[in-house]
Amino acid sequence: MLPLALSASEQYVAGAYVVFLALVLSYLAIMATKLGRLEREVVQLTEIAEREPAYDGERTKASVA
Amino acid sequence: MLTYAPVDADQGVIQKIFYVHVPLAIVALCGFVAGGVLAIQHLRTRDRRWDMRSYVTIHLSIVLAVGVLVTGSIWARASWGHWWVWDEPMLVVFLIVFLLYATYQPLRFSIEDPERQARYASVFAIVAGAFVPLCFGAVRMAQSVTHPETGTMTTSGPGSVTVTFLVSLTGMALLFVTLCKYEMASKNVTSQLRRLRRRLEGGDDGLPAAGRSAAPQP
Repeated sequence: MLPLALSASEQYVAGAYVVFLALVLSYLAIMATKLGRLEREVVQLTEIAEREPAYDGERTKASVA
Repeated sequence: MLTYAPVDADQGVIQKIFYVHVPLAIVALCGFVAGGVLAIQHLRTRDRRWDMRSYVTIHLSIVLAVGVLVTGSIWARASWGHWWVWDEPMLVVFLIVFLLYATYQPLRFSIEDPERQARYASVFAIVAGAFVPLCFGAVRMAQSVTHPETGTMTTSGPGSVTVTFLVSLTGMALLFVTLCKYEMASKNVTSQLRRLRRRLEGGDDGLPAAGRSAAPQP
């Protein structure tokens, strides 16, 4: 690993940019977690819908039409 | 970006914090005002989608405002030797605006009825959105001497400073819009799935169940 020699001023600048990056990444991580939850819910609902007899009937009618 | 812009003769390398701090502040404040404008649309049309847009805009602006406060404090520490200065009007006004909007989510959460929640939140967003330009206009007129002004910073410097600042501002605005669209899509899908689940499991009328939530319910 390369040694990174930063002056005190440069450390403050780097700190500010790291804070911004951390903020955006945290937000994206939270949104990704929500997206994962949505994906699981879609899978569950698909399973429920496939078990429903009404769903099968509608699908048959749609395919006939 | 950091290497393209020249080192400021007065502040040195610390000035480069402004390329993230100032666009964050401008976009956050514009987001608060936009939240108010979207809330006006909600009250005019009674369409819940406008409430959702207002909520997401304000929510994201609060996140950016946290970044403004932290990066501003880092700059203040490097430049003034203090993390926070109470006699600087710009800082205190921004903190007041942030604390004002920090009450937005608890306000929504405290109202159970989704209709009333949306209406009260819209009124709050309009009043607070009008408060933002009034406050910062008053501070500008007070002519602070310590906090640097964005206009003078970008116009008095070389062209590369202006270009860097404008690129940063554009990038921040695009990031804000993208994240807003991302969150709105997520909230729309969540509500559609909730409706679908109720229909599949209970076979009800498709209306949202009464539940306490800060997020808008369609």
